[in-house]
Amino acid sequence: MFLPFVLCLVPFLFAAGLLVTPVASRSWASFALYGVCLGVTCLLLAVGVLGLAAAGEGAPPQLMRLPLGLPGAGVGFRLDSLSAFFLIVVNFAASAASLFAIGYGRHEHAPGRVLPFYPVFLAGMNLVVVANDAYSFLFSWELMSVASWFLVIAHHRERENRRAGYVYLIMAAISTQALLITFGLLSDFGRVLDFEAIRTSPHAVDIARLAVLAAVIGTGAKAGLVPLHVWLPLAHPAAPSHVSGLMSGIMTKVAIYGLVRIVFDLLGPPEWTWGAGILFLGGITAVVGVLYALMQHDLKRLLAYHTVENIGIIAIGLGLALAFRANGFALGAALALTAALFHVLNHSLFKSLLFFGAGAVLTATGERDLERLGGLIRGMPVTAFCFLVGSAAISALPPLNGFVSEWLALQAILISPELPQWILKFLVPMVGAGLALSAALAAACFVKAFGIAFLGRARTVAAERAVETDRTSQAAMLILVAACVLAGLFPGMVVDALAPVVTMLVGSHLPVQSSNPWLTLVASTPERSSYNGLVLMVFIALSALLPALGIYGLASRKLRRAGAWDCGYPETSSATQYTAASFAQPIRRVFASVVFSASEQIDMPLPGDARPARLTLGMKDPVWTVLYRPLVETVNAAAAVVGRARTLSIRQHLSLVYAVLILLLVVLALWQ
Amino acid sequence: MIQYLLLQGFQMMLVLAVAPLLIGIVRKVKSRLLCRIGPSVFQPYRDLIRLARKDVVVAHNASWLFLVTPYIVFSAIWVAAALVPTYALGLIFSWSADIIVIVGLLALARFFQALAGLDVGTAFGGIGTSREMMIASLAEPAMLMIVFTLSLLAQSTQLSSIAHYMMTVDVGLRVSCGLALLGLVMVAIAENGRIPVDNPATHLELTMVHEAMILEYSGRHLALIELAAALKLTLYLSMLVCVFLPWGMALNGAGTLTLVIGVGVYLSKMAAGGTALALLEVTVAKMRVFRVVDFLNFALMLGLLAALLLFVSRSI
Repeated sequence: MFLPFVLCLVPFLFAAGLLVTPVASRSWASFALYGVCLGVTCLLLAVGVLGLAAAGEGAPPQLMRLPLGLPGAGVGFRLDSLSAFFLIVVNFAASAASLFAIGYGRHEHAPGRVLPFYPVFLAGMNLVVVANDAYSFLFSWELMSVASWFLVIAHHRERENRRAGYVYLIMAAISTQALLITFGLLSDFGRVLDFEAIRTSPHAVDIARLAVLAAVIGTGAKAGLVPLHVWLPLAHPAAPSHVSGLMSGIMTKVAIYGLVRIVFDLLGPPEWTWGAGILFLGGITAVVGVLYALMQHDLKRLLAYHTVENIGIIAIGLGLALAFRANGFALGAALALTAALFHVLNHSLFKSLLFFGAGAVLTATGERDLERLGGLIRGMPVTAFCFLVGSAAISALPPLNGFVSEWLALQAILISPELPQWILKFLVPMVGAGLALSAALAAACFVKAFGIAFLGRARTVAAERAVETDRTSQAAMLILVAACVLAGLFPGMVVDALAPVVTMLVGSHLPVQSSNPWLTLVASTPERSSYNGLVLMVFIALSALLPALGIYGLASRKLRRAGAWDCGYPETSSATQYTAASFAQPIRRVFASVVFSASEQIDMPLPGDARPARLTLGMKDPVWTVLYRPLVETVNAAAAVVGRARTLSIRQHLSLVYAVLILLLVVLALWQ
Repeated sequence: MIQYLLLQGFQMMLVLAVAPLLIGIVRKVKSRLLCRIGPSVFQPYRDLIRLARKDVVVAHNASWLFLVTPYIVFSAIWVAAALVPTYALGLIFSWSADIIVIVGLLALARFFQALAGLDVGTAFGGIGTSREMMIASLAEPAMLMIVFTLSLLAQSTQLSSIAHYMMTVDVGLRVSCGLALLGLVMVAIAENGRIPVDNPATHLELTMVHEAMILEYSGRHLALIELAAALKLTLYLSMLVCVFLPWGMALNGAGTLTLVIGVGVYLSKMAAGGTALALLEVTVAKMRVFRVVDFLNFALMLGLLAALLLFVSRSI
């Protein structure tokens, strides 16, 4: 009933992209385009909400087949609870991004390179989550990749962006290639492309294992699982900020959708080893992602690395859910999957919010480098407030939404000693420690990001003169702030909304939360654990009110402004403040000396020597040095060998072709 | 209903009233151990009143965040402290937050405190904030691993249930328990900035952490922050005694006499805890700041080991 609406609305996005192309440089074009996108995504959001509500009442999945695509086969679409949930995730953030872009897009200096691709990108993501056969899935996936690639290289004159586009293109190709292999294996080598048929047909153990491996590579390369994350911190910041928000906030979630759809839905009953593998990758990703982020002083790149960390947290939830499900612990699987999906929603909210904040800062100051910002809270109070809420939410602080999903994930870890496999018994507590470590480091990272950019004294004239961003951008950020707060105060409603999705995937769901007294969130039983964000918020508000009243009634209310105290030696130059690099120095010394083999070289001139002192910082990215550089070198060496074939004579060429032909025939003969 | 609310309210007021006294006891015992007479145990109350009566002096460029932070820090820590069972178990709001939430509330307070340290833009604020976050990035996971251990033992993350489990079930000498106790003591020392991690008595030393962060505060703001720090110490000590020495606490629905005994036992436990802390502080020397990392890594390893032991020893 709702699926046709999705399929009717998506062509509007394509049409908008097409129609805006000739007029993209007009001043009204960006306003009109983002207005249309806002309208369409709002409608798609409504369809998602209605679809999820219908699924909650037990409506069966809706199927549709359109005579497009491959001749004779057509393309299939399906709207079930999982698709509906991801429609909500995609379109809520997309509508916020469109609203933000109505104001923000005016500052774009190359609108012709952004406007046509933006709606196509949105359309691609919407189509991925409703696709119901391998062909339409891969087609939409590629549409999403290509459109986002154009957006990444929109500002192609900067050398860094061209490199980002290049790396992104390679990783996107690897991702699609791996997914192609996955579907090849699942579809019995291309015989059945339809997801309905794949779902019902049995899969051999080895084939299923290979398919999971390929699916983790394919979707992990898009989502940013370590070590496939290398493109992400390059590409996401290169795009205009609202697109960065979309790429980090929801394109990575669409990749997670792909993983969930393939591993939980299409493959049938899982093995515990799949869970262990994903859990392990998730744990590594969460810790390494946040460490990378701490070492950054480019605001947008820091946020992009943080996406890697959050993908790790989601992967931990998914891996645990698989392990529980393989062992037949339905409630544990439901808890872990709820935690993962809740985090999917949360991350789409606060990461979009933070990227919009970074975009607002970029417009106001022209700077992304933290070392050249500072004191923005005075010039940009609204943006600062929104960024603060986003930072607190992503640092998993109660009573905001990030804490709830973290709490659910920890609860899932706490019931996992029941798992019988020894590897899991060692792995799960390690991953738990990694999760705790990444949460603590995330808080440190966002103290750095917010503290250096928005607090303190302005480090440059541009930061000093920053003014608040426009009203529509503020509105978009405030809507996301409200969503973060509401999801944190009423987590039970989100958990209840997730129940049909979780039931469809693991056959069980958490206890119904709406019947709990005082809207408390209960993970399994009230004796085990419960959390109530609302009561906590009321308590905090009341206990803050008491000293406030006490002070206004009894104590001194006077407030005097004076120079900073600073132990009696205030320094007027803003260069004496802590910078992002100096803030991260203790953590760099503790962690990065191990992970990134960070080294400091201090060159301190002797007294009387007039040359400046120097501190040189060396850091190596282990993923590049251990994995990618040898890989690239091997590929280059192989290419050099093959390249020699170009200079062969025609006779040698022909004999080469002949030899290959013989070889293939022999292989075929042996195969039969 | 009313009486349950009263019991909960009493607990909130109890921790608030006890917190400065605990600081006073620690200082007094320390002074006596160093052969000084030392100020009265009630001196912290007088200090707080004196601070509250003074004008607040704020730097010209301090933002609104600097002004609201004392209230946020104080209320978050007070709520967290009031959620730890002190004299009775199963109070009416104990279900609204489990031990993970208490860790979260402390993280919330620290987050804002750290931001306020960066707000004025002085070098001292930066150094304190940066080091505080470094210490927290190790102390918080260590704390969570200890939480894991306790929750796995008691099959619950509610502090009330954990204390009840420790009280009623014969736990015996369990290795995990011992590791968790040692780890929790180490985390408590680090989180409260006590010797050997930080020195609360000075702020003119290169190793200072907490005191550097709050350097720009004065008057009532400083009073709130000092009170919050005292509450945090009370919280950790209450948590230690409620988990590892739960005896004498009133159970759910106990009579008035039991409650009064519970309060008395709690107060004497806190006095004993404060004395022990003072003893520890005079016997060890302050560490260099990067030695703290080893100290906390040790706590983290203890927590991880304790949790791992429980994971592998669980029979199916």
